[in-house]
Amino acid sequence: MDTRFPSEKAYPFDSESSVGMKTEKIFSMQTLDQIFIIAKKIILGVTGHFLPDWACLLTSILISISAIAVLGPFTMMYLTLLERKVIGRMQNRIGPNRVGKWGLLQPFADGIKMLTKEDIVPLEADKVIHFLAPLFIVMPALLVFAVIPFGRNMTAVDLNVGLLFFIAVSSTTTIAIFMASWSSRNKFSLLGGMRSAAQMISYEIPMVLSVVPVIMMAGSLSTNSIVEAQSRWHGLKWFVFTPWGFLGFIIFFLCAVAECNRSPFDLPEGESEIVAGFHTEYSGMKFALFYMAEFMNSFTLSGLAVTLFLGGWQGPFLPSWIWFFLKTYALIFVMIWFRGTLPRVRVDQLMGLAWKFLLPLTLANLLVTGFWYFTSRPVRIAGSMVLLALAFWILTKLNRDVVPEKRVYHFAE
Amino acid sequence: MGISLIAGVATVTLPNIFHATLSLVAALLGIAGIYLILHAEFLAVIQVLLYVGAVVTLIIFAIMLTEGISNKTIAQRNKLGPAAVGGAVVFLAALWGVIRSTPWPIQGGTSENSYATLASLAGSLLGDYIFPFEVISVILIAVLIGAIVIAKKDSV
Repeated sequence: MDTRFPSEKAYPFDSESSVGMKTEKIFSMQTLDQIFIIAKKIILGVTGHFLPDWACLLTSILISISAIAVLGPFTMMYLTLLERKVIGRMQNRIGPNRVGKWGLLQPFADGIKMLTKEDIVPLEADKVIHFLAPLFIVMPALLVFAVIPFGRNMTAVDLNVGLLFFIAVSSTTTIAIFMASWSSRNKFSLLGGMRSAAQMISYEIPMVLSVVPVIMMAGSLSTNSIVEAQSRWHGLKWFVFTPWGFLGFIIFFLCAVAECNRSPFDLPEGESEIVAGFHTEYSGMKFALFYMAEFMNSFTLSGLAVTLFLGGWQGPFLPSWIWFFLKTYALIFVMIWFRGTLPRVRVDQLMGLAWKFLLPLTLANLLVTGFWYFTSRPVRIAGSMVLLALAFWILTKLNRDVVPEKRVYHFAE
Repeated sequence: MGISLIAGVATVTLPNIFHATLSLVAALLGIAGIYLILHAEFLAVIQVLLYVGAVVTLIIFAIMLTEGISNKTIAQRNKLGPAAVGGAVVFLAALWGVIRSTPWPIQGGTSENSYATLASLAGSLLGDYIFPFEVISVILIAVLIGAIVIAKKDSV
């Protein structure tokens, strides 16, 4: 059996996993940690009796794919509920509480509503591209799930260039947004698309540069090896506890928020300015697909931040996948918190932050990581902290607000 | 491979420039697929990251900014067609020497081949070819500074 395609499920208590417990007899930590792997092995063991080898391999791949295909939309559905609940609490409301206990069935009601809505395509729209755009935006969002390590031995595909794969695939989202905005023949859509492109190009650069220190220190691009590089101190030697890791984490997280168009960087779909940005002309399930991609992106980007800087599935006592989901949902909570508390930034502030502040800071961070690598313990901690503080101070000085001179209108009087 | 050929032909023949760009995306993704089949994962990923992620986005950005051609269907051909074919033939002839002189590994080593792994690429980039690498970075910095200077002149 090919164990390199382990399975992961959205819900922890399915029937197969209880079988896994019984066969192991002892309800140990080890079992609980590998529960999904065992479940998958049992399925493959059962099917292996009557299926030829190639079909077994196919089943193994299919199990992983279907686990991801279930996990993605399922996460998205409950992220919408979580977001509405948390935002509601922050705004002194209760949030959805009518459908099911605590509104737990609300996502299903929303899904049915979305599916039964009328699908409206503008008369002047480019029909084919208008139809393809929602598909092309969901595809990369689902593809990147493949390289996220959800737990010990729980990476669907352990690519040796996993991290780059993630960045490359998620960078194609821009094209889908362009397709949506251009094919709609709507000026708000077009404006949203332009804003989105400018934002995504700008924030991709600091985001990629902020993960380079991690690659330097872990010496690998595989997400599994990066997690493994943080395994000392009983799984608590996370990269975020080093000066360069801390800075890298902050920059990466900010860029991740900007990449998935979330508040305070939600200019591409700023409701009060350009209706709904690039998905103005979409309705029904196509609209839901845009939202699905957005929520899945925020999940996978949080998952990647956890993998790179917060030790991935490492952690004491609890099973690995519980650690991963705990950390990821903590980051998602911070994203929702941002949305509940911060106002939207202006376009010039957005661009200024990316190009004038985050980009030079990531370059300084790269230098500091090199310094850290080549010096020994007491020097490197103090030295890198001093260097980073210096870089931060210089950049804030250079970036101070310039008060423009008062304009004189010669011909307007 | 067939897909990228079809998409490549579509790129140069489609009347709408936005459609042409999208088929360029398909062609580039097809080439990334070829890299993947040849076990050059790093090259494939870089192909997607740089060409699909960055270059095509830049092209689309340019299309959107030039109002005149974003909505119309315009002829993609002009009188320079034969000249372009001639240029392609000359280019192929130039490439032919390289193709002939490259030692292609015929048997074995498909999974073991170390022609395009990350480590070997990094080794040759920062070892054998360090001088061209540095020259390129100096040129890029010059371009960046030049762009900033030009942009600054307008705003004042």
